[in-house]
Amino acid sequence: MEGRWTRVALRVWAVGILLFLFIPIGLVIVYAFNVSTIQSWPIPGVTLRWFGQTWQDPEVRRALLLSVEAGLMATALALVLGSMAAFAIHRFQFFGREVISFALVLPLALPGIITGMSLNSFFAFNQVTFSLWTIVIGHATFCIVIVYNNVLARLRRTSSSLMEAAMDLGASGWQTFRDVTFPLISTALVAGALLAFALSFDEVIVTTFTAGAQNTLPLWIFGAIRLGQRLPEVNVVVFVVILITIVPVVIASRLTGGGAAGRVEAVAAAEEV
Amino acid sequence: MTVGALARGRKGGRVGRIQALLWRRPWMRAALLLGPGLAWFVVIYLASLVLLLITAFWQINPFTTAIERVWNLDNFRTLVTDGTYRLIILRTIGLAAAVTVTDAVLAFPFAYYMARVASRRVQTALFAAVLLPLWASYLARVYAWILILNHDGVLNWSLLLVHLPSANLGYTNWAMWIVFSYIWLPFMIIPTYAALERIPPSYLEAAADLGARQGRATWDVILPLALPGIVAGSIFTFSLTLGDYVTPLLVGGAGSSFIGNVVYSNVGIAHNIPFAAALAIVPVAVMALYLLGARRLGAFEAM
Repeated sequence: MEGRWTRVALRVWAVGILLFLFIPIGLVIVYAFNVSTIQSWPIPGVTLRWFGQTWQDPEVRRALLLSVEAGLMATALALVLGSMAAFAIHRFQFFGREVISFALVLPLALPGIITGMSLNSFFAFNQVTFSLWTIVIGHATFCIVIVYNNVLARLRRTSSSLMEAAMDLGASGWQTFRDVTFPLISTALVAGALLAFALSFDEVIVTTFTAGAQNTLPLWIFGAIRLGQRLPEVNVVVFVVILITIVPVVIASRLTGGGAAGRVEAVAAAEEV
Repeated sequence: MTVGALARGRKGGRVGRIQALLWRRPWMRAALLLGPGLAWFVVIYLASLVLLLITAFWQINPFTTAIERVWNLDNFRTLVTDGTYRLIILRTIGLAAAVTVTDAVLAFPFAYYMARVASRRVQTALFAAVLLPLWASYLARVYAWILILNHDGVLNWSLLLVHLPSANLGYTNWAMWIVFSYIWLPFMIIPTYAALERIPPSYLEAAADLGARQGRATWDVILPLALPGIVAGSIFTFSLTLGDYVTPLLVGGAGSSFIGNVVYSNVGIAHNIPFAAALAIVPVAVMALYLLGARRLGAFEAM
């Protein structure tokens, strides 16, 4: 249908866009090995020195620990609440179902600053002091949506006749869940958890409003870039963060056969219900 | 009731009775499942949003910075009358619109290639390649551009290679425009691709049979059918730019404040939460209008 030159032009354009998307990420990875403390191009030499130094930095360690803790807790909370909500929305027809399924996506659809700002004034209003828990609450609001969408998508693709067959054969509700439903949705749960963790591990905007004086890893990076300090360490941390967030996402998409629901799909799914 | 449930009922036991009860009353199961999540959501998230809305109509004591629960419209009046804030709001909306248009222009040929030229295998690979950067840490990608646009960065190095004068884009509105367009581009590509992929090839054959050339068919058939997808993508690019404050802070210059930056500094430094709340409502209101318009263009069916 398309003429030969149109095809060539489109191919060139596609390659251009791919380069545009990936060159910056590749560059940031190269800079992690920069021997100089000055971040100029081309880098004068290659070293692994900064990896050791960054690992020894107590501030980075503390921030990493806080990020992992917050990520794990938010993910755990999201797994429980998100999958329960998905079951309810999938199995039952009730008044207000559509409103609920739409409202659940708000944390992803509204700009992060709204979520962050409103949680901040909520904590201030109730005189809650900032702690690990306020970070977890902030992260859980959007992690729940990720788990919810992944589980709901899987439930929709799963035929309910399997569960009915189990019940007809005399399995109790709990047995049916344990032996039939759970194995069917387990990969969706893992995928949802991995995506939720990746999202939490990388979150900046909501976290700045709910962390108070604490530093998660992204907040530490944010502060260091702003002040232009310790850039060699920033390079290393950024490199590691890219690895930590991309690896779970790749695994998640393998588990769901490429259909892991991230942000784009999450909002799309809300419109379908 | 199934045979199994009957058998359990006979066996008795508290667990069995609860299960039987839940089986007979499905609404109880629904409530049990949905309850905790919904309670969380209503008590924390929705309550916070409502509180934000309410706080915007309060004020602070200028000396103690304590919030005074006096209902008034002063915060909004300041927003409208003070030239500085008007400029910031217009800058934010203007740049969000510019980023949206840029991404639409960049994404359309790429999505077209994905949907109509690339083989099935290439299509899958491109899909993954577009989504991957989205997960590669937001800060990492902003930082990458700081390094690129730096005075001694890759950009000037490349310009020097081809004997062009160096460009100092770092810490300007241009830098923000580039970085935002870069970061949100995948959000535009995916829905545009989804919309293009759904156009039946027979439509284009019909257009060709009726004598339309390539350009005419693209303009009159493909573009209108892809428009809902582009609008769907624009919801992301527009909304995400509108609510951002990290990129302006990191790559913008002195006169690059966004709505988000003023909100941020009013929460953190000035402690004027009512004013920050009023300002935070601006992007929500703008997005609400935008979504209404998008709905008319059929963007929600395209997502």
